[in-house]
Amino acid sequence: MSEPVTEQLIEITLRVNGVPRTAAAPARRLLSDFLRHDLGLTGTHVGCEHGVCGACTVLLDGDPVRSCLLFAVTARGHEITTIEGIGDDPAALSPVQQAFVECHGLQCGFCTPGFVTTITAYLDEHPDPTPEQAREAVSGNLCRCTGYQNIVRSVLRAAEIRRERAGGDDR
Amino acid sequence: MSTRQVGEKVQRVEDPRLLTGNGRYLDDLGQGALQAAFVRSPHAHARITDIDVTDALDVDGVEGIYTYEDLDGRTGETLPVLIPHPSLTHPRTGHCLARDVVKHVGEAVVMVVARDRYLAEDACARIRVSYEPLPVVVGVEQARSGGHRVHDDVPDNVAAHLVQEVGDVEAALAAAPNTLTLELDIERSASMPLEGKGVYARWDTDDGSLRLYSSTQTSTGVRAAVAAKLGMPLAKVEVVTPDVGGGFGVKIVHPWPEEVLVPWAARRLGRDVKWTEDRREHFVSSSHERGQLQQVTVGFDDDGRLLGLDVRFWHDNGAYTPYGVIVPIITATQLLGPYKPGAYRVEWWSLYTNTVLVTPYRGAGRPQGCYAMERTMDAIAAHLGLDRAEVRSRNFIQPEEMPYDQGLMFQDGRPLRYDSGDFPASLAKLKALVGWDDFAAYRALAEREGRRVGIGIGCYVEGTGVGPYEGGVVQVETSGRVNVATGLTTQGQSHQTAFAQIVADELGVPMADVHVTTGDTRRMAYAVGTFASRGAVMSGNAVALAARVVRAKALRIAADALEVSPDDLDIADGVIAVKGAPGTSIDLKTVAVLSNPLRYAFDTSAQAATQFAGTFDPEKPPVADDDEPGLEGQDFYSPTQATFANGMHAAVVETDPVTAEIRILRYCVVHDCGTMVNPMVVEGQVHGGVAQGVGGALYERMVYDESGQLLNASFMDFLMPYATEVPHIETDHLETPSPLNPLGIKGAGEAGTIPVTAVIASALEDAEGFPIRSMPISPSELWELRLAHASDTAAPQEGSP
Repeated sequence: MSEPVTEQLIEITLRVNGVPRTAAAPARRLLSDFLRHDLGLTGTHVGCEHGVCGACTVLLDGDPVRSCLLFAVTARGHEITTIEGIGDDPAALSPVQQAFVECHGLQCGFCTPGFVTTITAYLDEHPDPTPEQAREAVSGNLCRCTGYQNIVRSVLRAAEIRRERAGGDDR
Repeated sequence: MSTRQVGEKVQRVEDPRLLTGNGRYLDDLGQGALQAAFVRSPHAHARITDIDVTDALDVDGVEGIYTYEDLDGRTGETLPVLIPHPSLTHPRTGHCLARDVVKHVGEAVVMVVARDRYLAEDACARIRVSYEPLPVVVGVEQARSGGHRVHDDVPDNVAAHLVQEVGDVEAALAAAPNTLTLELDIERSASMPLEGKGVYARWDTDDGSLRLYSSTQTSTGVRAAVAAKLGMPLAKVEVVTPDVGGGFGVKIVHPWPEEVLVPWAARRLGRDVKWTEDRREHFVSSSHERGQLQQVTVGFDDDGRLLGLDVRFWHDNGAYTPYGVIVPIITATQLLGPYKPGAYRVEWWSLYTNTVLVTPYRGAGRPQGCYAMERTMDAIAAHLGLDRAEVRSRNFIQPEEMPYDQGLMFQDGRPLRYDSGDFPASLAKLKALVGWDDFAAYRALAEREGRRVGIGIGCYVEGTGVGPYEGGVVQVETSGRVNVATGLTTQGQSHQTAFAQIVADELGVPMADVHVTTGDTRRMAYAVGTFASRGAVMSGNAVALAARVVRAKALRIAADALEVSPDDLDIADGVIAVKGAPGTSIDLKTVAVLSNPLRYAFDTSAQAATQFAGTFDPEKPPVADDDEPGLEGQDFYSPTQATFANGMHAAVVETDPVTAEIRILRYCVVHDCGTMVNPMVVEGQVHGGVAQGVGGALYERMVYDESGQLLNASFMDFLMPYATEVPHIETDHLETPSPLNPLGIKGAGEAGTIPVTAVIASALEDAEGFPIRSMPISPSELWELRLAHASDTAAPQEGSP
């Protein structure tokens, strides 16, 4: 129990938002910490570190996962999409991001990246949800500010914006 | 863009940044800083007999390990009692690191600073602390029974005791034709922001100064407290509040031990140090609220009018009282809601327990007070067989009675005097919104389908916008950019938008030109903080007043330049023009140039302010005796008393006849916060408040076992509502402007939370037909109540003596 503790670092390369990124980290580094602290992508937030709140949700090959429940090394060979990959330019928002602005879908903004990634993936597969389906779609993420009503509206509005943009109206 | 912004549903300025990963929360800062972790007490009450750190010294990357013995100067003294009060005869606060004895699970004992958090936690795991367990006090019942003591020198665990009385309650009760006594119970919950606390200290070894970032609700409070603790001049300490991931009250407490220890270690090590609270730490070492036992005796006439109200309650304040007795004071005063109580006496005890300390959480004692009063209203209606809304209506303070003085002292040390409100109008709106008068028909229909439904109601008054003050600075740059600063902090309240709306209107500039900074002591050193639904009231009015100072100065300079009277000028869209002659005008940004006489032109526009440009009176100094350079103004808003917002909620619930599952079918809110700066934001605040209220009514509780262990200290076990638990919320608004401030604003932040527990209890009682006296309530508890009432004899009957 009293032998010196030193950590072995591993070169970890992941494809993040379409770009190969490499950093040296120990095997136990959580994906959430790796993204935030080793790659500097601080848009992914950590709310509970036990997989319940969903603030750290990123897309792994397009599917939402809790990055606090994965080791960075296990994500090797997979494509990771963070909130920055959904859209990192405040002047060029994705449909989901734009919908959140229009519907007041966020207050403090801490849980928001997890909702945006979750909803983005959901709408890819369910482009025209009912209000009930929209509520169900966000029911795995915690928000302490909004009471969810405007997040549900944001899901529905985002679906509209996607259709508007697909229809050639690119604004 | 010259359309009025205040009152419009303006989209939020902060959103694009926060939505694209460009927010900067505490843990996003200080990449590369050393990281702190803590060894915390696993015991609720124990004497520390030994701390052995030997094994931890071997962990690679450890830079420092500290215990109480290492704390020097004032860092070793107890933490401050932030709000002393005469009733608080036995205030007790902890140390930054436990000294000799721990009083609750989670209290910090050892601090480790290491290269990263993983290594710091490795070291923590290797530190062996030996404890001698002491007797534990958990819960109000045990605390007031006076057996064991939390603090050796506090008899009966009573931190504070207060009696307030208006009129002669005993005589009123003795003379009342009807009296009832209710025993009530409400459990703990907690603010539980998605982002926990966090502190990041940047120590500048070159000039011995500190920049401290904290996820706080008061940057000026933290600055003063940290400077005092570290023995530093205020001038060498600045506190910056980054984006904050929710507060809800817990982050108004300061300094948290970590807010002292992190900068202390940074100074000691000459390195940047950061600490980010994890979720378990937040559960066991931040704060909780709500837990009270209450006893209400009420006397009333045969029409249901209150004659006398005698309330006693016992408040669980946890192990320490750094925030004083604000929560029980608010319960005791705001319990009265929109009603005239007749004679009123309230007596309360604030009690120590070996649990996490109790400080304000959204609502701050009001949910408990509202619960007591509204349960009482329902009990009166049931006793007399009257409509519950009608009983409330008969006890309302009438609009023509405003301002109405309840005769008590409020939490700000000033009179509990309601400034305005129209309670009958609010009730009429609520009844229309929820369909109160049609509910009997709905119930009958539901019963025919084998369904069990009930409707509930709750009314509240919320003192908002307490002082002492907030300030605003408005500065126009020569580019036309308008910088606005106010000292209170932001944790989701849309201040960057709302304050920009106000300044845009007051100054006559486009919203897009206005940039708001909050919670940064470099920009505004005088401030109080964000709590008590005071942000819009206090800083909204402060920035408005500051903008008016700037406007007056701009008009004066423009009048000189245009050779007209200031009275003939108006500002719109950043242009100052003669009224009726828009061709005669000057840009506000040009006025900004002229406001600051220059020797050196830094660009071509600045040439207009240099000494050989234009004409001037050589007998006068470039800056007049009573003037200052720059198009800038500052002002403070400091009210004589709080404003009083109010609202009424109603809910329709359905309970499963077999499983006792509880569903909220409809939730309706009528809210009056005076003039709304941004109705979209107000609505959002109401939604969020109701959601937290639903959590407190049906799901959230802090489960302590008899040894003081918090058994549900995770999001797996503490049931915060998801989208599937929060009903769709229907809202309607009244706008009764406050006569107390220039903008007519009352606060809106906490309102949504206040009556929810009372409303759900009311609706469940209506659905089930027996009294609900303990909240929150789970389906299994409701099921047990059904069994008890089916066998009839179980619950004590309430009725006239």
